[in-house]
Amino acid sequence: MRHVGNLKGQKQPFGNPFEGTRSRPYPTPAQKQPYGPVLWAEAAKEMGYSPFPQPSGNLSQAYTNPLGVTLGPCTYCGFCERFGCGNYSKASPQTTILPLLMRRTNFEARTECEVTRINLDNTGKRATGVTYVDTQGREWEQPAEMVFLCAFQMFNVQLLLLSGIGQPYDVNTGQGVIGRNYSYQVTSSVQAFFDNKIFNPFIASGAIGMCIDDYNGDNFDHGPYGFVGGGYMGMVQPNARPIEVTPTPPGTPQWGAAWKKAVKDNYLSTILPATHGSCYSYRNCYLDLDPTYKDRFGRPLMRLTFDFHENELKMSQFLTDRLAEIVQRMDPRQIAKLPRTGHYSIVPYQTTHTCGGAIMGTDPKTSALNRYLQSWDVHNLFVTGATAFPQNAGYNPTDTVAALAYWSLDAIHKQYLRTPGPLVPA
Amino acid sequence: MPSRNHLMLRSAQRARLEARATAMQLLLAAALLLVANAAVRAQNPDKQAFEVIEHGRYMATAADCAACHTATGGQPFTGGGALETPFGILLAPNITPDVETGIGGWTDDQFVEAVRTGIGHGGIHLYPAMPYTYYTKMTREDVIAIRAYLDTVQPVRNLVQANQLPFPFNQREVMVGWNELYFRPGEFKPDPGKSAEWNRGAYLVEGVEHCGLCHTPKNAMGGDENSQAMQGSVLQNWYAPNLTGNRRIGIGDWTVEDIALYLKTGRNSYEIASGPMADAVTHSTSHLIDADLRAIAVYLKDLPPGGSEPTQPVSAQDPAMQRGQAIYNERCAACHTVAGVGIVGLFPRLSGAPLAQQSQATSLIRVVLEGSRAVATDGAPTGPAMPSFAWQLSDADVAAVVTYIRNAWGNAAAAVSASEVANLRQTLHRQAQAP
Repeated sequence: MRHVGNLKGQKQPFGNPFEGTRSRPYPTPAQKQPYGPVLWAEAAKEMGYSPFPQPSGNLSQAYTNPLGVTLGPCTYCGFCERFGCGNYSKASPQTTILPLLMRRTNFEARTECEVTRINLDNTGKRATGVTYVDTQGREWEQPAEMVFLCAFQMFNVQLLLLSGIGQPYDVNTGQGVIGRNYSYQVTSSVQAFFDNKIFNPFIASGAIGMCIDDYNGDNFDHGPYGFVGGGYMGMVQPNARPIEVTPTPPGTPQWGAAWKKAVKDNYLSTILPATHGSCYSYRNCYLDLDPTYKDRFGRPLMRLTFDFHENELKMSQFLTDRLAEIVQRMDPRQIAKLPRTGHYSIVPYQTTHTCGGAIMGTDPKTSALNRYLQSWDVHNLFVTGATAFPQNAGYNPTDTVAALAYWSLDAIHKQYLRTPGPLVPA
Repeated sequence: MPSRNHLMLRSAQRARLEARATAMQLLLAAALLLVANAAVRAQNPDKQAFEVIEHGRYMATAADCAACHTATGGQPFTGGGALETPFGILLAPNITPDVETGIGGWTDDQFVEAVRTGIGHGGIHLYPAMPYTYYTKMTREDVIAIRAYLDTVQPVRNLVQANQLPFPFNQREVMVGWNELYFRPGEFKPDPGKSAEWNRGAYLVEGVEHCGLCHTPKNAMGGDENSQAMQGSVLQNWYAPNLTGNRRIGIGDWTVEDIALYLKTGRNSYEIASGPMADAVTHSTSHLIDADLRAIAVYLKDLPPGGSEPTQPVSAQDPAMQRGQAIYNERCAACHTVAGVGIVGLFPRLSGAPLAQQSQATSLIRVVLEGSRAVATDGAPTGPAMPSFAWQLSDADVAAVVTYIRNAWGNAAAAVSASEVANLRQTLHRQAQAP
């Protein structure tokens, strides 16, 4: 079963009924589901929800992609969520595209180099290339006709600020675009402890699990709830790595013999379903250059100014309550609801899905990029990544990042290369 | 090895050049039907003719000249590639047209003589690491065409001291006696009882592609054991497997299409090329036209089964097998699968695999110790890699797991000893330390 929810406008069984139209099924079937997600999905279905396998880049079987590159079946080892895959089972550039590109005469990858700035000509309206530093600390200039800024979201913003491209956002005046519209992702979970079930949580892959999308976006009526946005929730089993995963019920001592016994008793019989929710952008959430701290090249670090707002906290409480109802139906001994509350802290880890800071838009006064991800200020600079998101929707960003990259490349290929210049008049 | 750019260029131009090579062959065929002096012309083709130069480029690729005549990271044909023979090291000379240090001062006859009889410029005897023992079967016109192509290569001054052998092997006169014993000079004679395709394949396998240099066992003096032709041999600490029709350890189960696909892309449903064969695929066979690959396959498929008879498998109760199975299931099964069937195009099959059951386990031990990267070609660009297990498995562990692989799932082959692993580990370590 390919588990597509909407094929050419037709709703499909076992897929996400809320998803957009797809032109063809996934190339490989969904992975086999572990025990916990199966039980969770049964409970959700009994409650009238529409559970579906979470789509992922983990391969259920060997697959040769349209470029001729072969991927292998996942072995459910539970490490790929944070590490590279030794079995060629996780879709990532090195397993899908780079092997082909490396054979091209016009392709060269310079590894272990860090770009320190994008260089501009004397008008400041055209990029002339980049300056980078190699592992020996030597600085090089790479001239270029076009520059694509494709770093992680934070570093995209940092490089724009360090290169003096676009007006930096000023929180006091609301003017400026670089660093503006920073948004995060609001996650929460429900921990459930069982007496009579063995979940074998180490049987895992990066995004394996069952989800529902019933409380995302406009999929439900927000009328009585007092917030906008939403998220998906599910029983996802990405890992139960030793040391990292030590589930203990609330009230357990934090160390010593009692703690060890609790970990031993609960490791195999605990689940941690989660919610992944949207996050709006606010005037007082932004990125700028740190006035104090510098990186090893002496450049200011990126400074993040962020806190949760009432809308997101209400949403998190709502999503967590709904998730707890489903989990309760699985008949656990004890549950612990863990909604997002209080102020934001950068520890412990919550999510990598940071967004915004150099967003796409229709107005150069409120966005850094036009709809083709082209810099309003420097027409031969294109910026890809979640940097472009004005808000964080209730889904993980990667698919949208990829879709926008294709969208941008299509415009470059069909328009920009023929007549280089702004693709949208400012 | 040729520089990456050079390879890329070759790869990019391949389709166009292949088409020209085909056209060239048709042209040549047509020429043979023409006037009486056509044969004379073919013997001494016009070295300025584009078709001749292109044909030479194709034949030089088929003969894989650049593989040896290029130092690691060096410019193609400038020499310096090291050949480890059981007798010592030889460096392949500069064959660019540089007059002083290359072959620019040679006459065509001298070139043909060197390639086909092993008598070099000034009458010196070449060592058979230069496979004149195979190239002797090439036609004069093919060799002249290679010369025509080499004449178009940028002359590079690079003096290579080819002879690095210790006494007495460094005395080239020893080759007189060797040639007497082991060298059978003479151009390829087509077998009129076989098809044109078979004969083309035989010409390529026995001559141009010199497959037997690696795949035919050698006697103590480095001569081919012709009675065991293509039955597999150890060279440079790799085991070049049996290529006969033997179904257990040869390629008896492969179809003509399987063989052609393997040579073209480096992989088929049975195997993925790695080690020295990855180089051969990268630099030579993947650039051949389909008709030639098919001809090679037709010829190889006609080789009668040869090689060792099936042996009794090592008992599953043997302590080494039990230890090997435990290691296999823990370290190997994630990719090669518990049933040993692997994943087509990614992880080689081990169950029933000829490569697992060769008379010597050198290559198996080596990939466990060193890891391996399979070949990447335009047709199969993945180039999957296996990690090294040298740091986590002892000699006895490696011996056990290789013994298991050679005797599980119906496989049968001699057990591997820890001392065999230890020796190869030391040899590989020494090589890695060498300058």
